[in-house]
Amino acid sequence: MNHSPDETASVSVAEPTTTVLPTGGGALLTERPPQTTTLGPVQRRRRRGRDIGAYFGMCWLVAIVLAAVFVDLLPLPAPDVIGDKYSLPAFQSIGHVLGTDQLGRDQLSRALHGARISLSVAIGATLLAMLVGTTGGLVAGYFRRAFDVVFDLSTNTILAFPPLILLIALVALREPSAVTLAIGLGVVGAPTFARIARANTIAYAERDFVTAAKSMGTSSFRILAREILPNVLLPVVSFATVVAATLVVAEGSLSFLGLGVPPPTPSWGGMIAAGRESLYENPALVLVPGVFFFLTVFALNRVGDWARDRVGRESSL
Amino acid sequence: MIHRATARYAARLATVLVLVSVATFALLEFIPGDRLAAVLPEGATPEMRAAAEERFGLNGSSAERYFTWLGHALQGDLGRSMQSQVPVTESVLERLPVTLELAALSIVLALLVAVPIGVYSGYRPGSVVDRIVTFVCSVTLSIPSFLLGVLLVFVFAVTLSALPVTGWTPLSEGLVPHIRSLILPVVTLAAVETVGFIRLLRNDMVATLQQDFVLSARARGLSTPRILLAHALRPSAFSLLTVMGVSLGRLIGGTVIVETLFSLPGLGTLVVTAITGRDYLLVQGIVLVVAVAYVLLNALVDLTYPLLDPRVRIS
Repeated sequence: MNHSPDETASVSVAEPTTTVLPTGGGALLTERPPQTTTLGPVQRRRRRGRDIGAYFGMCWLVAIVLAAVFVDLLPLPAPDVIGDKYSLPAFQSIGHVLGTDQLGRDQLSRALHGARISLSVAIGATLLAMLVGTTGGLVAGYFRRAFDVVFDLSTNTILAFPPLILLIALVALREPSAVTLAIGLGVVGAPTFARIARANTIAYAERDFVTAAKSMGTSSFRILAREILPNVLLPVVSFATVVAATLVVAEGSLSFLGLGVPPPTPSWGGMIAAGRESLYENPALVLVPGVFFFLTVFALNRVGDWARDRVGRESSL
Repeated sequence: MIHRATARYAARLATVLVLVSVATFALLEFIPGDRLAAVLPEGATPEMRAAAEERFGLNGSSAERYFTWLGHALQGDLGRSMQSQVPVTESVLERLPVTLELAALSIVLALLVAVPIGVYSGYRPGSVVDRIVTFVCSVTLSIPSFLLGVLLVFVFAVTLSALPVTGWTPLSEGLVPHIRSLILPVVTLAAVETVGFIRLLRNDMVATLQQDFVLSARARGLSTPRILLAHALRPSAFSLLTVMGVSLGRLIGGTVIVETLFSLPGLGTLVVTAITGRDYLLVQGIVLVVAVAYVLLNALVDLTYPLLDPRVRIS
C-alpha cells in the first residue's frame, strides 16, 4: 500500500522504464544491480548509438527551429496563397517542391509555418510547465508539511485525468489559440517536472552544504535559489525534451481533432487531418506533414534519452 | 497496522475522487461566453433564458450548482444533453462498450506481442535482435497514433483494399466483419502500449536475470525457457501491472483519436461531437466518467499488488 493510483500515473508523461528518480513505487521493487563504472562492449556500443542519435536529433531540431523562425525570408509562397495547381504531387514542380494541397497552397510553406505553431506551443508549454513545476516542487520538497499536502493534492488531481481527456476539458470549449493551447499543455506537463524537482530537493535539503547555509542564518529563499535550485535544475532540464516530445504529440492530436489553433493557420495535425480526405489521390498530403512531425518527435526523444542518460550517470542520487 | 494503511489509502482515494469532481465541474463551469448559446434561439427573451437555465440546472451560485450536480451524479444522473435532450448517462452507457472493447483488445494485443519480444530482448541484451527491437521501438514511439492510423489506412485499406477504411460493424452482424472493422483501430491503439511493455520487460529482464535465484535455477539444470517464463518473468509482472493501469488511461484518451479517425461509435466520438455542438453538460459528464474510471482502475491495480506479491503485503 505504499503507492497511490496517481503515483503510477506519473509515468504516463515520463517514460516508465528509465526514470532516474527514487519514486518508491511498486515498479521499483526488484533490486537493480549497482551501476558499474567500467563499460562492457554492449553498453559502449549502445552509448555510442545514443550519442549519434542525439547528434542527428540536435541537427534536425536546430534546422527546423531556424526554418520555422525564418520561414518568411525563404523564397516560398505564403501558406495561405491559393494557387491554381490543386493537389500537386511532391517533387514534380520547382515552384512547389513538396506539392500543393487541395486548395493549391504550397505544402512546404505550410509545413514550415505549421512548425512555427507546433514548436512555439510546445516550447512555450514546456517552459511554463518547467517554471510552475520546479517552483512547486522546490517549495514542497523544502518546506514539506502543508506545502507538501497542497503539492500532493494538486499533482494527483492533474494526474487523475487521462492526459488527452484533461486537455480536452481544459482547451476544447475555450477560444482556441496558441496561448490557450500552451497553458493547457503546460498544466498537463507540470507534474513531471514538479515530482522530479521535489524528489531532488528532498535529497539535497539534507546535504551538508544546505545545513551549513542554514546554520549561518541564510534565508530560506536564498538557500532554495542559490544552494538547491542549481542542483535540482540539471535533472529537471534533462526531462525537458522528452516532455516537449509528448507535448508536440498532444498538440498534434488536438489539431487533428480540429480542437487546436483554428484554420487557416497551418498546423501539422490539422494538415494530416485534411490530407486524410484525399489519401488515395495524393498521399503526400499526409506524408509531408507526417514526416516533419515524426522527425521532430523522434529528434526530441533521441536528445531526451541522451540527456537523461548523461544526467542519470553524473548525478547519482 | 494493515487497517490503518487501508484507511489511509481509502481516505486518499476519496480525496482524489472529490478533487476530480471539483476540477471537472470547475473546468467546464468557468468557460467564457454564453453557455446557453447552443440552446437558445437568437433574440431569446429573459423568460426563455430563465426557463432554459432551470431545465439544465444552471441557476443558482456555482457552489450550489456543484453540490446539486455532484448529488445527482452520485445517483447516476449527469443531466441532459443540451443538444439532443437525451440523458447524459444514457448516451455514455450506450457508447461505453465500444470504447472498452477497443481498450481491452488493445491491451491484450499489446501483451501478446510484447511478452515474447521483451523477454527475448532482455535475455540477449545487445544482440542483433535486441538492437533491432530497440530501434523499432524508438521509431514507433515517435509516431503519434493519428499519423500511424492514417498510414495503416493508407497501406491496408486504400492500397491493398484488405480491410475497411472506416466504420463499425457490430458483433450482431457477424464475428468476422466485426473483427475486420476492429483490426486497424486496435493495432493503432496497441502500438504505443506494446513499445512501453517491451521496454519495461526488457529492462526488467536484464536486471532480473543477474539475480541469484536465476543462477540457482540454472544450477539446478532447469531449461532456459522455463527459467525465463516461470522464474524471471514473475517479478516483472508487477511493474507490468502498474504500467497497464497507466496504459488504460492513455488508451481511454487515445480512443478519442482512433474513434474519430475510424468513425467508431464510442465515447471518443461522443465527446468530439459534444464539443463541436458546445454541449458542455455532455462534455462534463464524459470527462467525469472517464476520470473516475481511470482513478478506480488504478486503485484496483494497487489493490491487486498484495495478492500477487507477498513482499508488498508486509510493508
